[in-house]
Amino acid sequence: MISLHKKKTIGVSEARLGYMLVAPALFCILMIAIYPILKTLSLSLYSMNLQSPSDTKFIGLDNFKTLLSDLRFLSAFWNTIKFTVCSVAFELCVGMVMALLMNMKLKGTGVIRAAVLVPWAIPTSVSALMWMFMYNDQYGVVNDILTKLGIISKNVAWLGQASTAMKAMIFTDVWKTSPFMGLLLLAGLQGISSDIYEASAVDGASKIRQFFSITLPLLKPTMLVALIFRTIEAFRVFDIVFVMTGGGPGNSTETLSLYAYKTIFRNLDFGMGSAVAVVIFLFVLVFAFVYIRVLGKDTL
Amino acid sequence: MKNNPVKRTIFYIFLVFFLTFILFPFFWQLLTSVKPIKELWSIPPTWIPSQINLSYYESVFFKRSFTTYLKNSFIVAGCTTAFSLFITSFASYALARLNFRGKKSILCLSLSVSMFPAIAIVSPLFLFMRNCHLLNSYWGLILTYSTFAIPLSLWNLNAYFKQIPLDLEESAKVDGATPIQAFLKIIFPLAAPGMFTTAILTFIAAWNEFFYSLTFNTADNMRTVPVGIAMFPGDYDMPWGDISAASVVVTIPLIIMVLIFQKRIISGLTAGAVKG
Repeated sequence: MISLHKKKTIGVSEARLGYMLVAPALFCILMIAIYPILKTLSLSLYSMNLQSPSDTKFIGLDNFKTLLSDLRFLSAFWNTIKFTVCSVAFELCVGMVMALLMNMKLKGTGVIRAAVLVPWAIPTSVSALMWMFMYNDQYGVVNDILTKLGIISKNVAWLGQASTAMKAMIFTDVWKTSPFMGLLLLAGLQGISSDIYEASAVDGASKIRQFFSITLPLLKPTMLVALIFRTIEAFRVFDIVFVMTGGGPGNSTETLSLYAYKTIFRNLDFGMGSAVAVVIFLFVLVFAFVYIRVLGKDTL
Repeated sequence: MKNNPVKRTIFYIFLVFFLTFILFPFFWQLLTSVKPIKELWSIPPTWIPSQINLSYYESVFFKRSFTTYLKNSFIVAGCTTAFSLFITSFASYALARLNFRGKKSILCLSLSVSMFPAIAIVSPLFLFMRNCHLLNSYWGLILTYSTFAIPLSLWNLNAYFKQIPLDLEESAKVDGATPIQAFLKIIFPLAAPGMFTTAILTFIAAWNEFFYSLTFNTADNMRTVPVGIAMFPGDYDMPWGDISAASVVVTIPLIIMVLIFQKRIISGLTAGAVKG
């Protein structure tokens, strides 16, 4: 009886200690993330412009109604979807090849494993500037290489025209983030036991057959996590677009985050800008929900 | 199988192709940063500079506020790392080891917060920082960066704490140690490598952050490196020489760091996403 009683008091004090230790981190999260997100949700229901703060008033869902007929918003939305789908799809393919390469037991895998970390580690704005110079229509090395290879016959203003600017940005994003994808997939590959491959090799399965019947199915959970994670990141893309094109030419590469940024900080329209931000948030929320469900099954 | 020459050849072709793809932009940046001015503006571009010209480096270090950006970035990224690591080391220990209700919800909450788009919380934060006179300050950024730094280190540390065998702690408790003593004397030293990895990841994330830095610290002397470099281009001219010199200066320490801590970084990056 005595020991039972003692255990109970330890349990209580342990819980108390637990809450005490968690409190500061929780407080920060609530202050810096939860409170602002709620505030953004409420701001989106107001007409509020810092140029005339006294005119702030509650207008319900009017901001969202305006957005539905706002052609610039709709184009930004479409651009964001295009950017997200294309870059994530390409990253998955390139990342997969990198992962398979790094998983081979040959000399040289160490070099590539170190190299892939470099694009990941440098600031996005710096890599965007580097590519911007390489894409330059006159002095850029991209045109030079493609001309020498005979792929193009005259210089292309990659970032200067609507038809190529988005593609050029997607390519840069693929360069920057497929290494990360490759590392995630590699970790997944390394988790697959080699026994399965050996057994199937004995049964006469070809390498290609093995890839589609063993590797892909067993890698599915990792791929799903990597895909959702990258989708969330790509959907809120800002740095690359801000630095490389600023949304131009015209508004042909403007994404939702950039549109919201301009609305808030250039037009000082906090109400409308928050409404755009809420749209982004809701989309990310859906993906995040799936992500947590997938990841949660394993780690929680 | 292992010495199949066809397989090897294909492997090395791919290897060279990917290495070129990944490293070419850096190589080009390095070449650009030392080209004489005439060759920088030649059409088509000159590949190999005829002589080494260091004037862009001189301009970056002595004519521009680049050293100020470096200082700002070091302070902000360093303090963010220290601050979030301090707070989360206690929290993640509690989450990994102590019994109390709501642990799962706290972890889920922090994971979802880490996915919040910056744009969705930036306007209230901006108004808050403005009211508290924290725009153009280090503290404004350090506090804001904890939105991604705290979830990041909470999850990483939680994973590391869980790996430490429970027996060690139990035996300490049997010997009469309090949970705090068990944490400081036993868990903490064992978790040090994990904390170090977490610190590197947090530091890099904070060092590279662009969006909040752009919106909150608009004064030139308070800018961080990523934003500072992005603001090099003027209205009418593109100082590509300066930009490439500055990029080289920023990239080289990161490359060295990545090479030294390669294994740690990879394990930290993948720990969260893949069940080990």
